[in-house]
Amino acid sequence: MGRNRLNLAIGLGATCSGCDITIVDLAEYLPKVLSSVNIAFWPTAADLKLKDLEAMANGSIDLCLYHGAIVNEENAEMARLLRRKSKLMVAFGSCACFGGVPGLANLATKDSLLETVYGTPSTDNPKGLKPQGEALVGEYRMAVPKRLDAVLPLSGVVEVDYSIPGCPPQTSQVKDAFEAILSSDLPPRGSVIGPAKNLCDECPRKREGKSISKIVRAHETIADQERCLLDQGILCMGPATRAGCDAKCIKANMRCEGCMGPPDGVGDQGAKMLGAIASILGLEGEDKMSEEDVARLMDGIVDPVGLFYLFSLPSSILRRRLWEV
Amino acid sequence: MIENRKGDWFEPRILGFLCNWCSYAAADLAGMSRMEYPPNIRCVRVMCSGRVEPSFVLEALREGYDGVLIAGCHPPSDCHYQSGNLKARRRYYLLRKLLRELGINPDRVRLEWASASEGQRFAEIVKDFTERLRRLGPSPLKVKRVGAE
Repeated sequence: MGRNRLNLAIGLGATCSGCDITIVDLAEYLPKVLSSVNIAFWPTAADLKLKDLEAMANGSIDLCLYHGAIVNEENAEMARLLRRKSKLMVAFGSCACFGGVPGLANLATKDSLLETVYGTPSTDNPKGLKPQGEALVGEYRMAVPKRLDAVLPLSGVVEVDYSIPGCPPQTSQVKDAFEAILSSDLPPRGSVIGPAKNLCDECPRKREGKSISKIVRAHETIADQERCLLDQGILCMGPATRAGCDAKCIKANMRCEGCMGPPDGVGDQGAKMLGAIASILGLEGEDKMSEEDVARLMDGIVDPVGLFYLFSLPSSILRRRLWEV
Repeated sequence: MIENRKGDWFEPRILGFLCNWCSYAAADLAGMSRMEYPPNIRCVRVMCSGRVEPSFVLEALREGYDGVLIAGCHPPSDCHYQSGNLKARRRYYLLRKLLRELGINPDRVRLEWASASEGQRFAEIVKDFTERLRRLGPSPLKVKRVGAE
């Protein structure tokens, strides 16, 4: 352990650990990172226990990359503990930045989620057992972490210094972040590490039209490789999504799903995209359309929350479903 | 304004986005003609109903407004900017779908058209919307703070 090595922690919340893979994917750059850091805590790769982390002095970790959303008390506690121990706290990946895909749980209640996982006919659970939070097993009191009322991004429980979005983040972003930290050349606190503009800015496709007459879902067609997906009626999230991913999905002829979150200056990714879609959809002959015609046209968008907020519901303006209707 | 704990009788608060050229003038006319309508609406003048972004409406709801009124020039061709009102209309119907999926009664957001000469119509719209919101009750966002642990 060299003296000038950076103390690095990688914390996990509700995560698929794809973000860990991004770090490993640094490939030829990884030895350079590893030779300049000391892994203080990384449950995926290093055998360090919670009590080891608790024993560290506050602020003794230089950099903590936290990936995963906050869905239960354990995630929240771990985030708070790592925040106390770390000088820099980075929301790493879309779940930590915006709530991510687990954030779609905010469309359901705690009870209905448990019912779906433990109570559906395809589940082998004859006694209908469900996690109780606390239970007495013999003489032992067993506890599982309680689920929070709503999924939160990391910033919902602790102060976050930087964000690195993406599902998972690009290795180039991680490399940039490490270089910035190792050379102490950091952007202003609170910045997102990635380009400020939207994906259309780096999209290689040709954009021609300014209007679409019909929505085409991805499975209904094979998209033209050259033309803008929106022009083809496919609801690509590019206009409301941060660039920086090198348009990987677009180049594989898939629509952007919006994993990089909103670009600079946009607070609510879904609302922005809703505005953008409504601006180009159904312009032809609309002066002759009745209110019902317009409503019917918009019915082509079957699941607006799932489409517009796939990665960002917990950090959107309304954050979760309410139960008025 | 009086609001009891159960919210079974309350005075709704409405935020109105009125376009400069038609609906704001209609509201002005209603005022100048001393027409009576409920004081529940707070008006924001925007240059065009097409300027109203979906996030404006969502923010208003988050801030606890019980209803949001967007009012502009009559379609198809009254819009000062030619098609801003049509854009507002497309956004509105998509926004309604989004609100429904987010469990908020889409009738809390209303799109109406009132020309500069329709002061009476504007007063009727506000009267009717206020009455409907009274029946709907307080916004679910006002009752419960969201995202709290």
